[in-house]
Amino acid sequence: MRYVLALLACLFAGPAAAVLPHEMLADPALEARARALGQELRCLVCQNQPIDDSNAPLAADLRRLVRERILAGDGDTAVLAYITQRYGDYVLLKPPVRVDTYLLWYGPFAILAFAAAGAFVYLRRRRPEARPAAAPLTADEEKRLAALLDDGGPR
Amino acid sequence: MKRALFFLPLVLFAVLALYLGFGLTRDPQHVPSALIDRPVPAFDLPAVAGVERPGLSSAMLAREVSLVNVFASWCPPCRIEHPILMRMSREGDVPIYGINYKDKAPDAARWLAELGNPYRAIGWDFENRVAVDWGVYGAPETFVVDRHGKIRHRHVGAITPDVLDRTLMPLVKRLRSEP
Repeated sequence: MRYVLALLACLFAGPAAAVLPHEMLADPALEARARALGQELRCLVCQNQPIDDSNAPLAADLRRLVRERILAGDGDTAVLAYITQRYGDYVLLKPPVRVDTYLLWYGPFAILAFAAAGAFVYLRRRRPEARPAAAPLTADEEKRLAALLDDGGPR
Repeated sequence: MKRALFFLPLVLFAVLALYLGFGLTRDPQHVPSALIDRPVPAFDLPAVAGVERPGLSSAMLAREVSLVNVFASWCPPCRIEHPILMRMSREGDVPIYGINYKDKAPDAARWLAELGNPYRAIGWDFENRVAVDWGVYGAPETFVVDRHGKIRHRHVGAITPDVLDRTLMPLVKRLRSEP
């Protein structure tokens, strides 16, 4: 039981943030905004880690930049725009929805719709509506059937 | 017609596989610069203490085609590319300016005294104030700046003889012939 609990604890352990105490903003509301933004920005050194989780010096520089922009009064989108102006869209862990990213965002759904349409047509075609209805029994067959039902059939 | 439709999924798969296969051959560490064809960010960096070169400002980059090399004494690939920069400065191919990236001034001064100084001017960016505006994410990085002070190319990583001969110098020559 103790082991199960320990394993469960491991499962629910959150990733440790790399944000250092001296980097944090005094205002908890602003710091919370900085944290939310820090989860959306990619650290370009250890790619696929957000800057908040990365110990790379560049991530620390970007965290500082985010906090400076917030203190300068920038809104969240303005802060992200400030960073993407320098590092490109690649710095965003969630790519923006734009004409040139429609394929990325909607492509999988288009493929799914295409496959569903194909499957629908295929299954429709296989439906046994064209099979001829069974012919009615002849008088002779009716008599044999009645005889079988009467005596319970051959055992 | 029916036969063609039958092969459509296979064709789609082949296209997707080719596309993704091509993606696998690309280096994920190579991030395209967001500043290509944009003017260099405005900056004015002090000189590195103990080095006999002036500091670097954006105004100095709007005169002729030049290279801007981001370097640091703590960066091993910088040491690898250094002899190539030295050779270029000796031969006077193209002016090279330096941005000393997150480096302690005495370390940088010692490094340049030991290996030679290929830079016309060096801006000291200890706190990564300016390099971050250039979209630098590591050292070394080298930018090609045209005579109007616009960034035209970025090379990430050490300059090898191959990169110099096939990419940087042909680009410098082409930019020189531009009005």
